Amino acid sequence: MAIAFDEMNVPGGDLRPAYRELSRWLKETPPDALEYRRQEAELLFRRIGITFAVYGDAEAQERLIPFDVIPRIISAKEWATLESGLKQRVRALNMFLRDIYHSRDILRANIIPDDLIFQNPVFRPEMNGQDVPHDVYVHIAGIDIVRTDADNFIVLEDNARTPSGVSYMLENREIMMRLFPDLFARHRVAPVERYPDALLSTLRSVAPLSASAEPTVALMTPGVYNSAYYEHSFLADKLGIELVEGRDLVVKSDEVFMRTTEGLKRVDVIYRRVDDDFLDPLTFRPDSALGVPGLMSAYAAGNVTLANAVGTGIADDKAIYSYMPQVVKFYLGEEPILKNVPTWRCREPKDLSYVLDHLGDLVVKEVHGSGGYGMLIGPAATKATIEAFRDKLKREPEGFIAQPTLALSTCPTCTASGLAPRHVDLRPFVLTGSKQVTIVPGGLTRVALKEGSLVVNSSQGGGTKDTWILDE
Amino acid sequence: MLSRTAENLYWLARYVERAEYIARTIDATLRVTALPAAYIGKTNEWESALLTAGVSASFYETYQEASEQNVVEYLAFSPSNPSSIKNCIEAARLNSRSVRTALTSEMWDTINSAWIELQEVWGKGTSSREELARFLRFVQETSLRFDGSAYRTMLRNDAYWFSRLGLHLERADNTARILDVKYHVLLPEEEHVGGPLDYYQWTSILRSVSALTAYHWVYRETLKPWLIADLLILNDTLPRSLASCYSNLVRNLDQIGVAYGRQGASQRHARGVRNRLEHSHMDDIFQHGVHEFIQEFISDNARLGEIITKQYLI
Repeated sequence: MAIAFDEMNVPGGDLRPAYRELSRWLKETPPDALEYRRQEAELLFRRIGITFAVYGDAEAQERLIPFDVIPRIISAKEWATLESGLKQRVRALNMFLRDIYHSRDILRANIIPDDLIFQNPVFRPEMNGQDVPHDVYVHIAGIDIVRTDADNFIVLEDNARTPSGVSYMLENREIMMRLFPDLFARHRVAPVERYPDALLSTLRSVAPLSASAEPTVALMTPGVYNSAYYEHSFLADKLGIELVEGRDLVVKSDEVFMRTTEGLKRVDVIYRRVDDDFLDPLTFRPDSALGVPGLMSAYAAGNVTLANAVGTGIADDKAIYSYMPQVVKFYLGEEPILKNVPTWRCREPKDLSYVLDHLGDLVVKEVHGSGGYGMLIGPAATKATIEAFRDKLKREPEGFIAQPTLALSTCPTCTASGLAPRHVDLRPFVLTGSKQVTIVPGGLTRVALKEGSLVVNSSQGGGTKDTWILDE
Repeated sequence: MLSRTAENLYWLARYVERAEYIARTIDATLRVTALPAAYIGKTNEWESALLTAGVSASFYETYQEASEQNVVEYLAFSPSNPSSIKNCIEAARLNSRSVRTALTSEMWDTINSAWIELQEVWGKGTSSREELARFLRFVQETSLRFDGSAYRTMLRNDAYWFSRLGLHLERADNTARILDVKYHVLLPEEEHVGGPLDYYQWTSILRSVSALTAYHWVYRETLKPWLIADLLILNDTLPRSLASCYSNLVRNLDQIGVAYGRQGASQRHARGVRNRLEHSHMDDIFQHGVHEFIQEFISDNARLGEIITKQYLI
């Protein structure tokens, strides 16, 4: 594996320009002052209750995500490239979804094999021929980006269902501003506070035609036991909209209403943080109590907008991911600005045999997995694990993709033994409304706190950092 | 607002109020039991603490004897007692999480910090009277902070009024329960039999509702059962009296009625109870029987809870 690109220091000891001021500040700041701030930050997070739940971990039902006080800094120029790349990619994602559930030009052009769509459990036949308001499917996208060198930002994953983490982007900034006002004074950091406003306008803009001029938007959560519940309540609060559970909603004559102390009130747009499977027991899983009976028929009647749309999972599927460069070209006729990670599709015999021969060098992922579970990181795995994966791959090749182990960039991070480089990724949030695509300058930087680790997932011990986009 | 949100706010306020009340009950009981036997005779004050908390029957399902240790454990920390202080704070925190959007950050901070302290400091209960005293103070301070932050930071809208409804309904129930358990020491005016035993029982009643000083300000008299009953039932100026709770319930229900442009069964019922309190005199109540009066009140109060639930919360 190549030596990772360090975002602060270039080899030879020179500083990259975006980090100059931070580096100077770090030199002036005694280490115990940093440690003191770190503890203060942790206390704040706990008191505010910014927690997430870890499934199957009874001991720590609510856990704090470790927060690193050293910001990650991205220059204005780098951000400009990222932003245009993200907008391009999300535009293509939306056109792809509209196409898949309507005329399917991309399948007829033989760019993506049919069975990858139709055999896919996240494909929703209920959405065939179903129009969604303004043809927007992915209203909120979280695109996971890694950096491999000075020039390359690479998309690792498109989260087109119910991406989470934006509350950390906002809270991390709040806490940093509270703890390090002087550090902010020495930089021109683009603000992220606008995100809730932008999200609300985005959601309002996609209200169905039958909605009133002041459409009612609600955020739907599976409830307090969901791992991202904090985020749901945080966003509902910032947007000033009701945080509803399935039991708060009722469908009558194909319209959705919420139960209020003044009787039923119509809901026009639902920012749902509930997966497709649980939305409506009449259409999807009948055993689910999280959803609303009849929601899908109200949706089909065009009386409610669901954000994100139903069936968007097909666009963040890891098998489809490998076709994204072609998808961008097909719909937009443009070269993709952001690259994909080279990906071997184990369903293709040639790719499979390559993967089987190089398991020790590759990252192998389940096509439908998430959260860093069920993956093989070849260079870090034991022989036995590799052999176990080999069996799995042979048995069910279509369930896996493989990628080279990337040298994710590193950023200086507080560790027990002082500042040290740790691997990071970045999840910016892309909002698509009826008229425009909005990206608040920033995103969630996740950091692998263990030395050498590439796993940044919060469920696997990763932490977060504030992400600074410099304004020139 | 969402019915579920209103329901959570209502119960949140009830749980916080209940936790404080249980803490006061334990505190008052500790004081009485600390007296030499010559003053308090052979009565088991811990038994009566269980009764005022309304958990006597369930207590004996687990315990043989109402000893100080058993009762304190059951009232303060037992996970199997739904009204234990620990369970009240946990339920309050769960409710708070469900309605975070309706709470101000100060209110959330109070409940969340209390919950954290409960886990970290009081997870194993208390092992001495000093510790217990500290714990009870912690509970009472939590309730004060919560109430104070609600009062100072919440918008005066339905969210506020529903939480106030929960608070006053619970408070009325608590005061009524104390009176009901102790009614036998509230003797008619003519019988001046109050020995030291009665005296300390009366004091403990007043302490449970933090009205000992208030009594002296209002009546400028030595403790008399007749006047204690008057203070706790009919005196509108005492925040924990039944009359005061109902003035507040009627006012909050009216505010909701006006905001929603609609009155209903709960407004009518609350007004009925308040009017009865307004037009009652202590001598009538004693004539009628304190116990009967209180019993009727407790069931009227519970009925109001049911009506509010039906009208707004489901």
